[in-house]
Amino acid sequence: MKKLIMALTIAASFAVAGAAHAQEKLKVGFIYIGPPGDFGWTYQHDQGRKELEKALGDKVETTFLENVPEGADAERSIERLARAGNKLIFTTSFGYMDATIKVAQKFPDVKFEHATGYKTADNVAVYNSRFYEGRYVQGVIAAKMSKTGVAGYIGSFPIPEVVEGINAFMLGAQSVNPNFKIKVIWANSWFDPAKEADAAKALVDQGVDIITQHTDSTAPMQVAAERKIKAFGQASDMIKFGPETQLTSIVDNWGPYYIERAKAVLDGSWKSHNVFEGMHEGLVVMAPYTNMPDDVKKLAEETQAKITSGELKPFTGPIKKQDGSDWLKAGETADDKTILSMNFYVAGVDDKLPQ
Amino acid sequence: MMRIEIVKRPQHSALFSALSPFIALFLTLIAGAILFAILGKNPIAALYSYFIEPLTEVWSVHELLVKAAPLILIAVGLSVCFLSNNWNIGAEGQLIAGGIAGSILPVMFPDFQGWYVLPIMLLLGMAGGMAYATIPALLKVRFSTNEILTSLMLVYVAQLFLDWLVRGAWRNPQGYNFPETVQFNSSAILPEIWSASGRAHWGFILALFAAVAVWFMLSRTLNGYEIKVLGRSARAGRFAGFSAGRLTFFAFLVSGALAGLAGIAEVSGAVGQLRTSISPGYGFTAIIVAFLGRLNPLGIVAAGLVLALSYLGGEAAQISLGISEKSARIFQGIILFFVLASDTLIYYRIRIVSRHSETALKGA
Repeated sequence: MKKLIMALTIAASFAVAGAAHAQEKLKVGFIYIGPPGDFGWTYQHDQGRKELEKALGDKVETTFLENVPEGADAERSIERLARAGNKLIFTTSFGYMDATIKVAQKFPDVKFEHATGYKTADNVAVYNSRFYEGRYVQGVIAAKMSKTGVAGYIGSFPIPEVVEGINAFMLGAQSVNPNFKIKVIWANSWFDPAKEADAAKALVDQGVDIITQHTDSTAPMQVAAERKIKAFGQASDMIKFGPETQLTSIVDNWGPYYIERAKAVLDGSWKSHNVFEGMHEGLVVMAPYTNMPDDVKKLAEETQAKITSGELKPFTGPIKKQDGSDWLKAGETADDKTILSMNFYVAGVDDKLPQ
Repeated sequence: MMRIEIVKRPQHSALFSALSPFIALFLTLIAGAILFAILGKNPIAALYSYFIEPLTEVWSVHELLVKAAPLILIAVGLSVCFLSNNWNIGAEGQLIAGGIAGSILPVMFPDFQGWYVLPIMLLLGMAGGMAYATIPALLKVRFSTNEILTSLMLVYVAQLFLDWLVRGAWRNPQGYNFPETVQFNSSAILPEIWSASGRAHWGFILALFAAVAVWFMLSRTLNGYEIKVLGRSARAGRFAGFSAGRLTFFAFLVSGALAGLAGIAEVSGAVGQLRTSISPGYGFTAIIVAFLGRLNPLGIVAAGLVLALSYLGGEAAQISLGISEKSARIFQGIILFFVLASDTLIYYRIRIVSRHSETALKGA
């Protein structure tokens, strides 16, 4: 029996012989919440991984685990990557936060990077993107393009990251049309094409003529295309799924960040941090503005330029909360802590926030 | 023209019954090798990382026990239900109910600490699972409602209730509004069996206890005899003076308690807090485990370990060979297919009926 196991071990080591000569390579691991083929959130992280491989060539070797459930399983998956010799590990969903911290305590010489969370440690950095900046631009476009004055919003989970997006969209739309309305449906999943499609159909039946989503599949875009209304893509450029439907899309551009952090590990300058970057730093990119008249396109581009330069901050008062109370006074801007823990709607959102 | 019929064998071979799992394993290895070869991977290396690699490292054996514990606990309870002809499909909901009830102390009274916290949590977890399982049992006994539907639908109720609770009343006030409760304090954490080497917690030991206890109950007590008699023939059971209604309650309570225990053990031992989702579907996978173990609690221990191994192996193969998660799951499906097919073919045989003989039969 021992001999058999040895023979199998040898066979296995031949199979992974490709990795044998790569002793000095930096191994970089990724944990994905969905499949890379979702053409949304995970797809975009996987694009970042590929960019990293392309940019650093044979200095790095990447591995990923897909469809990893948040909770007890995540801890094992992260630990497995650490034990497989990965020295830099990106955990790309907020629900991996505590699992990442726990595993990081066991592997002090491995660097961890957790997306969209808030807990850091000496070897755990946090990176997050100001997706809401893109949402604001979308809101401006929606208010210009919509005939019914109502947009449909498919949410995943009512966590701050998603609520930020809904509010920024609303504020962008109100800057054009103060009476603009948003209807929200919660899919309670990051990736569930069937549920997302049902939500999109229900929204269209309720009279929305623009759909935007904070879920990861292309199903809402496809429903919008069928029903001949307009929609915004999510996380990646979904123009292929709605050539006459997509107005623009918030593209999560992780590649440059992944390259920067891998380089930092290679030259020994890696330090834990908590970054929250957006259009200015190039983390949030807008897909080309399509299927809209030139004046709307011009307004969108101007808004984008103002946000990029810092002239326009989406969460700037006067803003009232949904219940009518004051949130920000005229000229006051929300600080990052408030943005990152947002759990209320601004005035005008036609939904009760589940909580 | 012809059709295929499945005919029950008058007598099944004892030899093949014993050999069945091994035949299934052999066929799985062959089919797996073919699958991996088609994918362009070295079949031997793939099978190695599937079945052996997870067992070569101590930490990974720990993870195997973490994964197997809830599956075994729940499946052992389900065996009592299924043997007595009570189709409890809602163990996932009872698991969640147990997880919630067991978390009352650490979430609402985090300052309440001491050695007695954990036993109370485990008891509350079992009580929660039992209470939740009483609903479909009551509906079945009083109104003859189909328990498959009610128990299944109650899963969604439990999931949504947990979601509501963790987003609202029980949300960690210091948690940036993320839907999680506070981390449990150390006296509310189910300890690890041998913490120096890995993560396996006492949930697995509880699962072994449960398996032995239920095995004893089924094979050595009148209660167990009653379960089997009523399960095979309700009429015969009635003649023997057994009450089907009472048994339905008993079966649901046992399986609810064990599912609830699995829930609180998972929350307290593996996760350390309540989240919007605390189980990747253990309650459903346990149905497969129960049948894979042929409804025998000791067989279920083995079946739970095998199924847990196939999860871990699938993950190991993703890393060492770059096999996609989907292929890993297909392979898991192949294992189950062969095991169930081998079992079926021992009890039944396949007969090919041609149109000709069919008309001949009708003529006769």
